[in-house]
Amino acid sequence: MLGFLFRRLLWFVLTLLAVVTVSFFLMRAVRGGPFSNERTLHPVVERNLEARYHLDWPMWKQYVQYIGPLNLDERGASTIGGDGTKVWGGVLTGELGPSFKYRDFTVNDIIRQSLPISIALGSVALLWAIFLGLTTGVLSALWRGGKLDLSMRLAATGGIALPNFVIAGFLILAFVFSWRLFPVAGWGTLRHLVLPGLALGAPFAAYISRLTRTGMLEVLSHDYIRTAHAKGLPPYLVLLRHALKGGILPVVTYLGPATAGILTGSLVIEKIFAIPGTGSHFVNSALNRDYTLSMGVTILYTVLVYALNMLVDLAYTLLDPRIDLEEA
Amino acid sequence: MSKARWTWKTEGLERFLSGDELIKGESLWQDAWRRLKLNRGAYWSLMFLALVASISLLAPLFPLPSPMALDLQDEPQAPVMPWDSFGAHGFDEATKNHFIDSWEPNFVDRALIAVRTGIFGDWQTGHWLGTDSKGRDIASRIVWGSRVSILVALSATLCSLIIGVTYGAFSGYMGGRIDNAMMRFVDVLYSVPFIFVVIFFVTILNEYRHELADAGIGYIHVFYVVIGMIYWLTMARVVRGQVLSLKNSEFIEAARVIGASTPRILFVHLVPNVLSVVIVYLTLTIPAIMLFEAFLSFLGLGVEPPKVSWGLLAVDSTEAINPIKTFWWLIAWPAAAMGSTLLALNILGDGLRDALDPKLRGR
Repeated sequence: MLGFLFRRLLWFVLTLLAVVTVSFFLMRAVRGGPFSNERTLHPVVERNLEARYHLDWPMWKQYVQYIGPLNLDERGASTIGGDGTKVWGGVLTGELGPSFKYRDFTVNDIIRQSLPISIALGSVALLWAIFLGLTTGVLSALWRGGKLDLSMRLAATGGIALPNFVIAGFLILAFVFSWRLFPVAGWGTLRHLVLPGLALGAPFAAYISRLTRTGMLEVLSHDYIRTAHAKGLPPYLVLLRHALKGGILPVVTYLGPATAGILTGSLVIEKIFAIPGTGSHFVNSALNRDYTLSMGVTILYTVLVYALNMLVDLAYTLLDPRIDLEEA
Repeated sequence: MSKARWTWKTEGLERFLSGDELIKGESLWQDAWRRLKLNRGAYWSLMFLALVASISLLAPLFPLPSPMALDLQDEPQAPVMPWDSFGAHGFDEATKNHFIDSWEPNFVDRALIAVRTGIFGDWQTGHWLGTDSKGRDIASRIVWGSRVSILVALSATLCSLIIGVTYGAFSGYMGGRIDNAMMRFVDVLYSVPFIFVVIFFVTILNEYRHELADAGIGYIHVFYVVIGMIYWLTMARVVRGQVLSLKNSEFIEAARVIGASTPRILFVHLVPNVLSVVIVYLTLTIPAIMLFEAFLSFLGLGVEPPKVSWGLLAVDSTEAINPIKTFWWLIAWPAAAMGSTLLALNILGDGLRDALDPKLRGR
């Protein structure tokens, strides 16, 4: 187990380094910098700005400075220009640098403000997806071939077949304009969380439902389920204690990709419901050439996806003792 | 004694052979097709998809209004029933030329448009499905938009198919250290948030649009390749798994013994055998890519106006949602077109998986 964790961690560091390096150089190779889109600046001002953010340095030096933890700034100071902005210690020390676009913020500040919001939204969506998906999947498997099964399968396939912003559109039409149950957009109260969570989780609920149905159907035909029934266990206990554990294995593997998908999907949902999460920075920073913010968000998402995938792998061994991580 | 036995044996053989004529061999594909036809949902999905494909392909033939003909009104017009307003004269020379100039159809489509004007003249259908906020006909936009969406999906899928199958088959066949390294690379790419990659490539593309246009490469073509480059990962994994289980079978060994080269073994012997899995995966990739196109359009990174795709239509429809007046036709029709097509693709994919599953063969 420890060996597995260690190896995964090693690969994680290598992956992250590769991502950072490639995106760093690619981003800077593209024409246009963070200050080129604004009104034409006075050349002196522009030079000063570039000097402040070290954009006048050769590329390799910028890279080393960005990665850290060495400080290559000859001025050596931890602050520049007396405005209190720290020269960042580099990615390795966990500091992602000052944002080029939001001048008074560091990338860490921006992430600290927006990430909890995205995480809250994502968790609601994921929990809802798991709850709905598992319930409908199990019911569907128990009444296989019936009308309930058919309608749920159709609904599940439909949920996969529509983009989440269209689902969000229907939800807004139904629950905001027709029934006025929830606020249309914004952030702050629990009621703001319901519609975005529903819309974000819907496609994943549909997929989980399908996976659960297939998994349960397979497990329910096994001998040990028959044995459990034969020894007189009440049906709900057979279901909860014996069948569910094996039946949801495919769902567990899917949770890694699902979380990644929810993270990406929140880009759209956050935009529709005007939620100040991390998703909006993703696109905007790339378009603004906000080098540090763009890199910071990328690093953040890579770390999140990787960590969650690792958790999923661990959970997998707990559910299925036959799987040996040393071989994986 | 021995002679008698001999004759008995040949008799038996002849009897066996004569019976054999009654047993027909059935290839994997025949068997799969037979079972697919038994699956009503999958069969009708296939028929529906064929219908969608032919409508999309023959779009220039239909007497629809131009998808770009603006008619600036205060608000979108509601659908009219065909018996209330069947059609009118409106597809005149100017409209046609404006459409051809901005859409830039190829010579086949131009010929089809010529056929259309030959048959219908300047007559066009009424706004049966309503118009959008700029007065453009929804039906026409759905039909023309289907071309872009389907083209994006097909070409990106083709791209992912070529890369994924080659990569996966090679990796699985080589095995050992090469396989390990190649699959690690795939793992690394898997953990990169690929939406970032796309956003990134698209911003680069926008920056170099003029250079690309000068080189004769359309923005949209690079767009296909970029999406395809992302979706090959799963394909590579699937193919590799299949190849791993096949590469030690006798027919591969036989091919190697008679001196077949590695590419020959890969593409002539291995790939046809993993085709069934690949096809199933393809039918599930196409809807994923269509959704992805919609996602990119939503972020403003996809197909650009005045061209139209289903994704763009869906985006327009969600933007039209407001508390004062509901223009239901703006959201209902594009969602129905996209939803039904993707639903059919998903059902067909599931059906194909069942039909091609060797465990269920012959049932």
